Amino acid sequence: MAADSQLISRQPHKPKLAVWKFTSCDGCQLSLLDCEDELLLLGQEVEIAYFMEASSKVEEGPYDISLVEGSITTPADLLRIQEVRRQSKFLVSIGACATAGGIQALRNFADVVEFTSVVYAEPSYIHTLKESTPIAAHVPVDFELQGCPINKLQLLEVISAFLNSRAPQVSSHSVCIECKLKNNVCVWVAHGTPCMGPVTHAGCGALCPSYNRGCYACYGPKENPNGESLCHWWEQNLGADRSTVIENLRNFNSLSPHFKEISQDREHRQKGKS
Amino acid sequence: MAGKSKTIKVDYLARVEGEGALYIRYDDHGVHEVQLKIFEPPRFFEAFLRGRDYTEAPDITARICGICPVAYQMSALHAMENALGLVPTEPLRNLRRLLYCGEWIESHMLHISMLHAPDFLGYPNAVAMAKDHPEVVQRALEIKKTGNALVRLLGGREVHPINVRVGGFYRVPGLESFQALRPQLLEAHTLAELMTRWAAGLPFPHCEQSYECVALSNPSEYPMNEGRIVSNRGLDISVKDYEKHFREQQVPHSTALHSLLIERGAYLVGPMARYNLSYPQLSGEVRSLAEALGFRAPCNNPFKSIVVRCLEVLYALEEALRLIDTFQPPDEPYLAVEPREASGCAATEAPRGLLYHRYAMNEQGKITFAKIVAPTSQNQKTIEDDLRLMLPKFMHLPEQQLQGLCERAIRNYDPCISCSTHFLQLHLQHEPKRIS
Repeated sequence: MAADSQLISRQPHKPKLAVWKFTSCDGCQLSLLDCEDELLLLGQEVEIAYFMEASSKVEEGPYDISLVEGSITTPADLLRIQEVRRQSKFLVSIGACATAGGIQALRNFADVVEFTSVVYAEPSYIHTLKESTPIAAHVPVDFELQGCPINKLQLLEVISAFLNSRAPQVSSHSVCIECKLKNNVCVWVAHGTPCMGPVTHAGCGALCPSYNRGCYACYGPKENPNGESLCHWWEQNLGADRSTVIENLRNFNSLSPHFKEISQDREHRQKGKS
Repeated sequence: MAGKSKTIKVDYLARVEGEGALYIRYDDHGVHEVQLKIFEPPRFFEAFLRGRDYTEAPDITARICGICPVAYQMSALHAMENALGLVPTEPLRNLRRLLYCGEWIESHMLHISMLHAPDFLGYPNAVAMAKDHPEVVQRALEIKKTGNALVRLLGGREVHPINVRVGGFYRVPGLESFQALRPQLLEAHTLAELMTRWAAGLPFPHCEQSYECVALSNPSEYPMNEGRIVSNRGLDISVKDYEKHFREQQVPHSTALHSLLIERGAYLVGPMARYNLSYPQLSGEVRSLAEALGFRAPCNNPFKSIVVRCLEVLYALEEALRLIDTFQPPDEPYLAVEPREASGCAATEAPRGLLYHRYAMNEQGKITFAKIVAPTSQNQKTIEDDLRLMLPKFMHLPEQQLQGLCERAIRNYDPCISCSTHFLQLHLQHEPKRIS
């Protein structure tokens, strides 16, 4: 693959890039290191000023662009995110943890004290918040890049947009559109496989349906999704039980407002029945 | 004369995955206390897995680590299959091994080129190193790309692959798509040999340790997906007896539980442990190169683990070519299975070492219990011991050099701190001499 000429910076000075980690699996930062073809070019165009996973060199702020991975789950995180925001001209949250709480936000629907005692013999040593929350719940965010994990090409698009002072071109349509673009046979219509594609944000390239699997919504909700209708179809026509529906709304993006609202509504109805 | 007391602070241990700090207390008589503190925020996987469907375990546990998601998927699905009495067919087994080869290649190359090599040559990162050694960095990126291509083909994407499931795969790619990877694999194999020769010529600090090495082992192949758990000090157990011999304990200074061999203490998992225990199972070609370079097993200098990783990459590339050349498509992409009340466990060899999972599920297939022991939590105690043994030899060095060496000693293990539950604050506390 030829190096993207869009990565050539048109900024007057070499912009400083910082990559920050909060509570996460490091997979989204790794997407940057997985850009094998563009990495060295990117290293020439921006100054990698702070990227602990990849460099022991630490440049002082302020930073022109900060990529923030992970959710906020500890008292220390609460303070650090404010500092990161203060030091960053342009802040992009990357990945489902940073944009929607991540898988660790399942604690928000449970009792974190009990969670701690399941894992640790001495819960008193563990400092954690009751909830895992996205970055935008704490500081203003200039752009959110969804996905668990993010698509590395979309990440390069966001960086090159910044380098060229333009808006990032990241489509917010559904995975269904991606399936059509790939000429995939619909796994739902053809095989009756429950699929979250109609309500899920594009970006993966309709990966799961391409492998004969229903989408499990790792990119979170698309723009204006109709999740209520999707759940109704799953339950009425595909024979999915309510707990399966809730599990699919509550995996990696459980705090995205739309998924959260519908999953809680479904849970109330379930409790009402029992 | 009283010795001076000092504290050094570093705000982040760079080039590891996760957050950690190191505390060392010493005086002129020796090193009294070494604590590797991991304070990666806990994410409670073992707790929130309860109540989730057993089919979700591979996808959910993959999110423990973005660098080695395949390892989590493998241990999770083998444990579920162990619970449900499902035995994968030979073709499915081979495809899983092929996928694991891809992850070993990309994870090891990431560590070798981006995290570890800059230490030996005195660079802060791979991008800076590329200015003076472009061929080394480009070579490494090329090999890493090949590992990623393999994971992408079989798994769908590099980070959190989507194609593995309990029972097999959602879809098995056609023979032609595997064949199409051959030229890239052959090229990467040539580059990996050059990379190994280059790594063997790096300047290594003298640091011979004595480890109890623990890894999976089986007579017919270098271990990845299955085997008995063995050590160089006589341990030889079935995976189901893991918890009878290994115990996790919580220490106040870390959010990662320490894992110990009961009544024996610290042990080592990972590339060096595998290499020392399964050297005869490596291919003739890999062993010839190792011997030509003077790197015949055993290797007990953690700084030399970079060479062992290179040799494992070379082996994984050979193994991937062999598996592609002998590829037999499975009759079905996956074996169907119905959930029932059951429990099971499994261990596989993640790039960083032994990864153990145990689950129980109810009749509906909902998980009722989960236990996960990651490689880095198993190595934590060994990392501390390494530092304890190494430091007295280097205490005469200026503080900054000493600190650099401590950080390097930790990076030797390629610690994946997100897994075990980056950031190194080093406190070197030099205590005043007591005047008796």
